[in-house]
Amino acid sequence: MEDHSLLFNAFTYLLAAVIAVPISKRLGFGAVLGYLLAGVVIGPWGLRLIREAEDILHFAEFGVVLLLFAIGLELNPQRLWEMRKPILGLGAAQVIITMLLLAGLGVAFDLSGPIALVAAMGLSLSSTAMALQLLTEKNLLPTPAGHSGFSVLLFQDIAVIPMLAVIPLLSTRVEDVNAGFDWLALLQALAVIVLIVVGGRFVLLPVLRLIAATGLREVFTAFSLLLVIATGLLMQAVGMSMALGAFLAGVLLAESEYRHALESDIEPFKGLLLGLFFIAVGMSIDFGILLRDPLLIAGLALGLVAIKAVILFALGRLYGLPSRQLPLFALVLSQGGEFAFVLFSVAQSTGVFPAAVTDTLIVTVALSMLTTPLLMVVNDRFLEPFLDHAPAPKMDDIEDAGHAVIIAGFGRFGQIVGRLLHANGIDATVLEHDPNHIETLRRFRFKVFYGDACRLELLRAAGAERARLLVVAIDEADAALRLVDLVHQNFPQIKVIARAWDVAHVFELLEHDVDVYERESFEGALRLGEEALKLLGFSAWRAKQAAHLFRAHDEETLREIYRHYHEDFEVRARISADARERLREMMQSDEEHLSIAADEAWHETVSENAPTSR
Amino acid sequence: MSRAADIVVYFAHLAIEQSVINRSLRDAVYDLPRVRLRDLHELYPDFYIDAVTERAVMQAADLIVFQHPIYWYAAPAIFKHFLDTVLTRGYAYGPDGTALHGKDFLLAVSTGAPEEAYRPDGIHHYAFADLIRPIEQTARFCGMNFLPPLVLHGGRSLSHDQISAHALRYRQLLEDYRPTST
Repeated sequence: MEDHSLLFNAFTYLLAAVIAVPISKRLGFGAVLGYLLAGVVIGPWGLRLIREAEDILHFAEFGVVLLLFAIGLELNPQRLWEMRKPILGLGAAQVIITMLLLAGLGVAFDLSGPIALVAAMGLSLSSTAMALQLLTEKNLLPTPAGHSGFSVLLFQDIAVIPMLAVIPLLSTRVEDVNAGFDWLALLQALAVIVLIVVGGRFVLLPVLRLIAATGLREVFTAFSLLLVIATGLLMQAVGMSMALGAFLAGVLLAESEYRHALESDIEPFKGLLLGLFFIAVGMSIDFGILLRDPLLIAGLALGLVAIKAVILFALGRLYGLPSRQLPLFALVLSQGGEFAFVLFSVAQSTGVFPAAVTDTLIVTVALSMLTTPLLMVVNDRFLEPFLDHAPAPKMDDIEDAGHAVIIAGFGRFGQIVGRLLHANGIDATVLEHDPNHIETLRRFRFKVFYGDACRLELLRAAGAERARLLVVAIDEADAALRLVDLVHQNFPQIKVIARAWDVAHVFELLEHDVDVYERESFEGALRLGEEALKLLGFSAWRAKQAAHLFRAHDEETLREIYRHYHEDFEVRARISADARERLREMMQSDEEHLSIAADEAWHETVSENAPTSR
Repeated sequence: MSRAADIVVYFAHLAIEQSVINRSLRDAVYDLPRVRLRDLHELYPDFYIDAVTERAVMQAADLIVFQHPIYWYAAPAIFKHFLDTVLTRGYAYGPDGTALHGKDFLLAVSTGAPEEAYRPDGIHHYAFADLIRPIEQTARFCGMNFLPPLVLHGGRSLSHDQISAHALRYRQLLEDYRPTST
C-alpha cells in the first residue's frame, strides 16, 4: 500500500476511530484510549497503514486549538478574572515545583544542566487535549477538581511562551547564544494580544453580524473556522501558542449572542480533530525505542506520572480541594502533553537536545498519555467509591444556569410571547437565526442567541436538558415540525407549545403530538372581524360574544376534521361545509348559544310567571 | 350510597393565588368522588360561558353548590353572569323550564368581616341572611330547595386551625349529603 492518497488516509482514520472508540467506550475506558489504541494499530508499528505520524500530529493539533476556543466561549472575561487566583497560584506552583524537581532528578542522573532543564520544562506540562477531553467527557469540568485542573492547564499554556523563548539561550551553539533574549519578540507578542483584545471587541462583532445577516449557514461556519485559524496563526507568528490565541478569541466572544452558534459550528470539527490528534499520538509512540529499552522507557513514563501526580495531589490538598476529588485532580493532569512535543523538537533544532534524547522523551510522553485513561478508570472504579459515596457537588461557575423556558424564533410572534413572560418576571432563553431581530432585542436586554434552533447542539447549549417549556415560534412550518420531533426525542421532559401556520399546520402539529398551539393569524383576524361587526351596528358586547362563539365552534370543527385526518379530502371537505352551515344557523338563532343574556323575559316582554325587571 | 358525581360545586375567586380560605375549602372537597368542581374563572377567563354545557352539568346533579367569597354583598361577577346566561327561560323557569326542579342548592360562602358586623348597629347594617335573599329567591324561583347556607364569617382574623376545622365541616356536609326529594 504505497499510494497514500488523502481520501485513503481519511478512510483509514475514520474506520479506525469508528471501530476502536465504541469498543473502548463499551469496555468503560472512554473514547480517548480508543483513539490512542486505534493510532497504535494503524501506525508505523502496527498495521503500517499510515506512516507520516508527525505531519498528522501537527495538523491535528488544531483540534486542541478548537477545544481551547470552545472553552474560551464558556468563560467570559469576568469569570476568567475571577479565576486569576487558581491560575496564578495553583498553576504556577505546579509548573515551577514539578520543573525544579524533575530538573534536579535529571542532574542527579548525570544529565547536563541545559538538557535536564529543558526536559523538565517540557515534562512539567500536561496534555490540555487529554485532560480537558476526559473532564468534558465525564462532565467534570464544572466540579472543583475540573475547575482547578483547567486553571493549571491555562497557566501551562501561558508558561509555554517563556519556555520557548528560553530554549535558544541554553543552546551550546554559538550563534544561538549570541541571539540573546529577544525583547522585540516579546513586544510583538504583547502587541498581538492587544490587537486580538481590541479587534475582538470592536471589529469582530460587527463582522459576525454582517456574516450572520447573509443567512448562509456554511458561510458562518467557514467564518468561525477562519476566525480560529487566523487568531492561531497570528499568535504563532509571534511565537506564542495557537491554542492560547484561540482561547483569548473565545473569551472575547463569550458574551456575544453568537456564542452558542459558534460553539455548535465548531463542535464537530473539534471532536474529529481531537480524535485525530489522539490517533496521531498513538501512531507516534515509537515502539522501536520502547522495545530496545523497555524498562527504561516504562520506568521513565511511570516515574513521570507518579511524580506529577504526587505533586498535584499535595498542591490540591493545600488548595483545599474536596478530598474525594483529589485523585481525579492529580491523575487527570499526570501525563506529559503535546507542548512537550513542541518544546523537544525546538530543543533538538536549536541543538540543546541530541536526537536520542528527543526520541526517548517523546516516547515517554506519548506512553504517559496512554496511562491517563487507564488511571481514570482505576479512579472511577476504586479510588472515588473508596473515598466517598456522596455525589460531587456541582458548581455553576463554568456552566450556564439556563432558563426554564426556551423560545425558538423571536420574530413578530415570538417577541410577544417573550415580552409577556418577561413582564411577568419569567426569563426565557431565546434562539433566533435572523440577525436583524437580534439587533433589536439586544436593546431590550433580552438574552438572545443566534443560531438554527433545529440543531441538537444548539438546543443543548441553550440548556434544553434543564428546560421545562419550549415555545416554538419559528416562522417556517417544516422547521417547526423538525424542532418538535427533535425535542420530543431528546428532551422528553419539555412541554412543547407551538405557533401554527394554518389549519394544515395545526393538523401536522397534532400528528407530532403538540396539542397546545395557536394559529398565528387567527386571533388577530377574529379581533378585526369583531371590529367589522361593530362598525356594521353590532354592540361591542354582542360582537365580542359572536367572536367567542365563532372561535369555540371553529376549534371544535378543527378537532372533528382532524379525527378524519387520515381519510380522503372529500370527507374532510364535507365536514367543514356542514360545520359552516351549522355555525350560520347557530348565529341566527343565538338564543341557546350566545352568552348575551338572550333572555328576553328580563327586559322587553313580561311573561306570565317571570318577574318583571326595571 | 347515591350515584357518582351527584354534586356540582361552582367556584370563583378573583385572586385564587392569594386566597387562603376559599382555596382550603375548594381543596377540601374537590377530590370527593361525588363532587364535580367547576372553577368558573378557570373555565371561562373571557366570561364566555358555555351555557349548553353548564345546563347539562347542572341537570346531572342533585346538589348545586355555589362556593365563593362575598364581594359587595354578592358573589363575584361571573356568578351573576352565569345566572344570566345559563338559567334561561325554558330551562330554569317559564313554560317547560323545570330542569332544576327538586334539586338542592347550597351556598358556601365566606366574609371578611365578623358576624357582628351584620347587625343594625354593625358596619354592614343588615343581617347576613337578608343580604343573600336574591340568591335564595333565585334558587326558589327555579324550584330548588335552598339549604341552610354554610357561612364562614370574619375571614380576615381566623387562625389556620379555625379555617381547617371549617373546611372539614364543609367536606363532611358534602360527604353526608342526601338528596331532599328522592
